[in-house]
Amino acid sequence: MTNVPIEGMLLPNEKPNHESPGNWKEYFSFSTDHKVIGIQYLVTSFFFFLVGGIFAMVMRGELMTPDSDLVDRTVYNGMFTMHGTIMLFLWTFPSLVGFANYLVPLMIGARDMAFPRLNAVAFWMVPVVGIIMMGSFFVPGGPAQAGWWSYPPVSLQNPTGNLINGQVLWLLAVAISGVSSIMGAVNFVTTIVKMRAPGMGFFKMPLFVWAVFSAQIIQLFGLPALTAGAVMLLLDLTVGTAFFDPAKGGNPVMFEHYFWFYSHPAVYVIILPIFGIFSEIFPVYSRKPLFGYKVVAVSSILIAVVSGIVWVHHMYVSGTPGWLRLIFMLTTMFVSVPTGIKVFAWVATIWGGKLRLNTPMLFALGALIMFVFAGITGIMLSSVPVDVHVNNTYFVVGHFHYVLYGTVTMGLYAAIYHWFPKMTGRMYSESWGKIHFWLAFIGTNLNFLPMHPLGLQGMLRRVASYAPEYQFWNIIASLGGFLLGMSTLPFIFNMVISWMQGEKAPNNPWRAIGLEWLVSSPPPVENFEEIPIIISEPYGYGKSEPLTANLSE
Amino acid sequence: MKIQKILNILTLLTGAIAVTITSLWIGQQAYSWLPPQAAAESVLIDDLISFLVTLGAFIFLGVTSTLMYSVIFHRAVKDDFTDGPPIEGNIALEVVWTAIPILLVLWIANYSYQVYEQMGIQGPSEIVHLHNPLGMESAYAEAKDAPSLAEPVEKIDVLAKQWAWVFHYPERDVTSTELHLPSDRRIRLALKSQDVLHGFYIPAFRLKQDIIPNHAIDFEFTPIRPGKYSLTDSQYSGTYFATMQANVIVESPEDYQQWLAKIATQKPSPAKNQAAAEYAQTSNQSVQTGWVTVPPAAPPLVNSPG
Repeated sequence: MTNVPIEGMLLPNEKPNHESPGNWKEYFSFSTDHKVIGIQYLVTSFFFFLVGGIFAMVMRGELMTPDSDLVDRTVYNGMFTMHGTIMLFLWTFPSLVGFANYLVPLMIGARDMAFPRLNAVAFWMVPVVGIIMMGSFFVPGGPAQAGWWSYPPVSLQNPTGNLINGQVLWLLAVAISGVSSIMGAVNFVTTIVKMRAPGMGFFKMPLFVWAVFSAQIIQLFGLPALTAGAVMLLLDLTVGTAFFDPAKGGNPVMFEHYFWFYSHPAVYVIILPIFGIFSEIFPVYSRKPLFGYKVVAVSSILIAVVSGIVWVHHMYVSGTPGWLRLIFMLTTMFVSVPTGIKVFAWVATIWGGKLRLNTPMLFALGALIMFVFAGITGIMLSSVPVDVHVNNTYFVVGHFHYVLYGTVTMGLYAAIYHWFPKMTGRMYSESWGKIHFWLAFIGTNLNFLPMHPLGLQGMLRRVASYAPEYQFWNIIASLGGFLLGMSTLPFIFNMVISWMQGEKAPNNPWRAIGLEWLVSSPPPVENFEEIPIIISEPYGYGKSEPLTANLSE
Repeated sequence: MKIQKILNILTLLTGAIAVTITSLWIGQQAYSWLPPQAAAESVLIDDLISFLVTLGAFIFLGVTSTLMYSVIFHRAVKDDFTDGPPIEGNIALEVVWTAIPILLVLWIANYSYQVYEQMGIQGPSEIVHLHNPLGMESAYAEAKDAPSLAEPVEKIDVLAKQWAWVFHYPERDVTSTELHLPSDRRIRLALKSQDVLHGFYIPAFRLKQDIIPNHAIDFEFTPIRPGKYSLTDSQYSGTYFATMQANVIVESPEDYQQWLAKIATQKPSPAKNQAAAEYAQTSNQSVQTGWVTVPPAAPPLVNSPG
């Protein structure tokens, strides 16, 4: 591997000057250690997950009865707008970036990310985004109420007349979040391309690294579109340009294109790392190599490529002519091919293994089952005639919550439990972990399954009141939602207590194969005393070959 | 050894048959999850949904039962810390399970395409300056096997605003806030919005179309079942979004003509409007519990306030 040095970049064999391993105060500082930044991302985003979850429970409380009687309609609209925005831009994105930050340099045998200072800057923009979002609750008129899509002209209606309003702050926060993610993407792609340890060809990379690589490529081509759309809408709103305002001759459908060109691929930015996590976890707890490693690796790139031509399926019933509807139906359905390959590969990995159902494995299995369900409803949604009926109904809400809670959040929990001993040097409590899993699994299905019959019956999303015939399934969904809220309590309890006084963790408690398990728990500041030389493919379970030529296993 | 192999094949076969039968049953249940079929298009869409549910159930049950079988029978024995068999791949198997999703996708897309073409619902074709290369323009003509198409087309103008629906019948030049439709006739709506994006959606018809300001959008369908249904706004339109509802009355062409004649004699009067009523009520509250909102448009003046 030849390296062309870029200014500010850390090369594999260069000894960096790092501050000494810090105490807890380091987590509140401008640290450039990728592991500290990773945990900063994870803890910050989990805080916002709780905030977004509380908003969700207010909504589910409102939807217990058909009438709009718990909160005002404006409050309800603000709640679902902020719930969606927070869960995407302040929970799933940053938490997965947190994992990628923590794991990628360790997994490829690097001492840090390529641009450690840029990495820290990208992280510190997240709390800024959060503060702006939360600050919008305190401006006259309250937070944005136009939904997380912020379609104009609704998002251009400004009843307060103030220049600083919830919608302006919302757009500002989204634009900053976009800039932060672009910084992250540049850093990840550079790190993975240039900083792999000697011997680690692309087909010796762990699949989590493949997944992060594919996801960050999507960020590079997609985010500029969203950021541009947000800035144009901001100009329409503040200085009166007419990009999207139909009253002045603008075209609101153009905004939909800008928005979905990124925001559908964004789903793959989130789910690809989860696929990577599945690919790391299933071999360990099945004690088998990952089945079809190369095909699974390539399928990640394929998903990234196809993701660029699927956005119009969100707009079948918007201003989209028939021929365009049909082209995008085909491309959208085609995503199921590389995803199907992955699912079959995971099933084949588990089949005939020696399974251990530890908490990470339980979460990964639960998430896989819910993902298969989400994939099937996804195919239904991609079919134009079906979408004409269920578009903007609870069927869609049910589908994407199976993706974003059933798969992504459950997959994140799997990852947190799996790498907790590595990150903290302590073991978590297995019995609390299992209680957490069962509450979350039952809660997820109770919450999101009823949304499918509701949607097929025609109940719309984003409504604060509904026809009485929809009440039964709404009550079930709300109870499931409250159970989900409760399920985070044993998790928080387990994490806090275990981090403070859990049993000391060995370097490799799961007997897993991977570079991150060769270093101590938690890893030292520079990760590797000596840069490893990779001599075999990952996932060599059941084979006796060593992973590296110079580090002990 | 041979007996073991036969037993394995038998187990697999039994499993496959059980999954198939269950999926077919679930596919039939799908019809009961849907509202009554009140338009010709809903029959086509329901058949497609049932087909997709059957296929989906087969895939879901196939994958989960395989996983569950592993979870139950392939568990590591306590204190056995050895690895499983190091099977890394199987080219034939990988080719097969790449080919299967591709074939399924083509099958589903083809069926969906045919249904869509038969629906012939039109839409905003004038927005894009391209001639329809896939022959979408002929879709309406291709649906001629529907008996209704010999009948004249009933034209109705639909105006959506924050937060009310207004229906205008050009033939008699009358307006209503209730949508009356003759049964078994092709209906052609001209959809317009006064302010923001709205969505025209009647769940019992399974039909939906967004309405975009500054664009006239044609929308066609054929109601087939007399009764009372509801029309809702399907594209989020601001504060009182959920209140933007209207009744849809499908009746025989004779009753429909009678109704038109009757309301033609009525003087326009302001329609009842839930958004306006709620707005007036919250503005009068001494303590404001919400945030400011865009005021609703004035209640429409119509011949039949519904």
